[in-house]
Amino acid sequence: MSNDTLKFLCPTGHLSTIPIKKGSFYLGVKEKPDFILADSGSDDIGPVPLGTDTSPNPLEWQKHDLELMLVESRKLGVPMIIGSAGDTGSNSRVDMFVNIIKELAEKHNIPKFKVGYFYSQVDKEYLINKLNKGQIIEGLDGRPNLTIEDINKTDHILAVAGVHPYIKALEMGADVIIGGRGSDCAIFAAPAIKAGFSEDLSYYLGKVMECASFCAEPYMGKESILGTISKDDVKVKALHPDAACTISSVAGHAMYERSNPNYEHVAGGMLDMSNCKYEQYDAKTCRITGPKFIPTEQYKVKLEGSGKIGERYIGIAGVRDPYTIEHIDDVIQWARDETKERFGNIDYHLYYHVYGKNGVMGDLEPIKEIRSHELCIVVEGIASTKEIAQEVAMMGLKQLFYARLPEVKGTAGSVALPFDEVLPAPPAYRWTMNHIVPVDDPMELFTVMMTVAGK
Amino acid sequence: MGTKKLHELAKTIRSKNAGVDKITFDIIFKKKENYYLVKKSKVLTKESIAKLYNIPMERIADFVEFEPALAIKFTIYRSKPSGSEGEGDIYGCQQYAPLLDLEIPQANV
Repeated sequence: MSNDTLKFLCPTGHLSTIPIKKGSFYLGVKEKPDFILADSGSDDIGPVPLGTDTSPNPLEWQKHDLELMLVESRKLGVPMIIGSAGDTGSNSRVDMFVNIIKELAEKHNIPKFKVGYFYSQVDKEYLINKLNKGQIIEGLDGRPNLTIEDINKTDHILAVAGVHPYIKALEMGADVIIGGRGSDCAIFAAPAIKAGFSEDLSYYLGKVMECASFCAEPYMGKESILGTISKDDVKVKALHPDAACTISSVAGHAMYERSNPNYEHVAGGMLDMSNCKYEQYDAKTCRITGPKFIPTEQYKVKLEGSGKIGERYIGIAGVRDPYTIEHIDDVIQWARDETKERFGNIDYHLYYHVYGKNGVMGDLEPIKEIRSHELCIVVEGIASTKEIAQEVAMMGLKQLFYARLPEVKGTAGSVALPFDEVLPAPPAYRWTMNHIVPVDDPMELFTVMMTVAGK
Repeated sequence: MGTKKLHELAKTIRSKNAGVDKITFDIIFKKKENYYLVKKSKVLTKESIAKLYNIPMERIADFVEFEPALAIKFTIYRSKPSGSEGEGDIYGCQQYAPLLDLEIPQANV
């Protein structure tokens, strides 16, 4: 490409959490973007989707968003790039998205085009070998370094891709790219770097664009934004008629979901935004200069892992009696003790979420006294099988009902039950990995493949 | 010298996951004078946050005053990763409430 500038259209910060708003997207299409791109995944949704290898968002919404982007990108003849397919970016989610693209191509009679895709899933053996060779797989955010035990506790592992698999797919001539798990910012940075723009501005472009309209104001989700990169700057424009990218909204967005607003770590380096300069370019557009990308000496790739804790059932109870509310900790202790008496010799987990006391914040709650006239208690029972989990949750719930308080006036049941049963809940999983693994080759963990869609 | 509550001075007070092991808090101001008032009041410090949330100082991962966005930002480590068994806030988005009513002394005029 010999363009002096490239334009990037991003309609959503996470495909299909709710459907893309079409109005601002079509305004963006009119600007003739060079790429249409969106991220589709997040670790925000908790460890269950990766653990169970499912997508929490409805299939019809995934199709809706992919259809909008595919039809317009093919009309314009520009690449469409999706990262972290199907909410997690696991291999099965990538395959699902590639199949959706093929179905949509057929539905719209789109002429033949190339679909590049890559997998990010990591074999346990690969990591075990690394550890056996004495390599350190460093823990992030205060976690200890990875151990064999951590690996054994994990069901699915993903590597978070940087720009390399996207660049490779573009080099192979992909018209559509469906990415496995990857850094949001790499989706945008890759085509800009491949076109010859600086890493400094390319990674910044990705950082500022990846959440779409979240970098604009007022607060709106699922509205499109247009990013433009040149050799000197990045410009980002809000496309919704009532929204604008302002100095405050763009600078403020650097903070979103990051512990430090000045630095963004990606595979291969760190984006330093501490010397960024923000200017209001026009009413809807902010111009940014001054970001700096600092490559790391050793290329390291982030790992995400989810491991199963057990099957889960939940029960719900309410309390209205003021004496019982005042002694709710004793009531729960009774139920815990009774459950322990029955299941003490097996592995189980029993949790009480006490809404009206500290159900939202747990130990972080500064208000210690209960100020509510009623409480809702959600009982969470977890064990190795569904049958035992059901029994644990049932015991944890019913023993609230039978709790023995010395001076209670009501002697026909200590809690109100909206129903007498416990409910099946998604199995419990835990994030078992948040680590970085050193690699010799940035492509070591990613395989890029190509297929054809359309007629 | 009177006081004002933080929610009367800030435009945005929010909390959200920063990865799976941390929750980050943003307090963003519209007016420069309110940002400086809160910053200079020293009501928000690593120490005061640890006290408010009843956590040891080691659980505070970061504390930044970020002038380009007129914001004060801090980050804490979760006691368990987001979405773990028994956890109540997968997105970490309802942990900011205790900040709303912090009393900020008004500057002497």
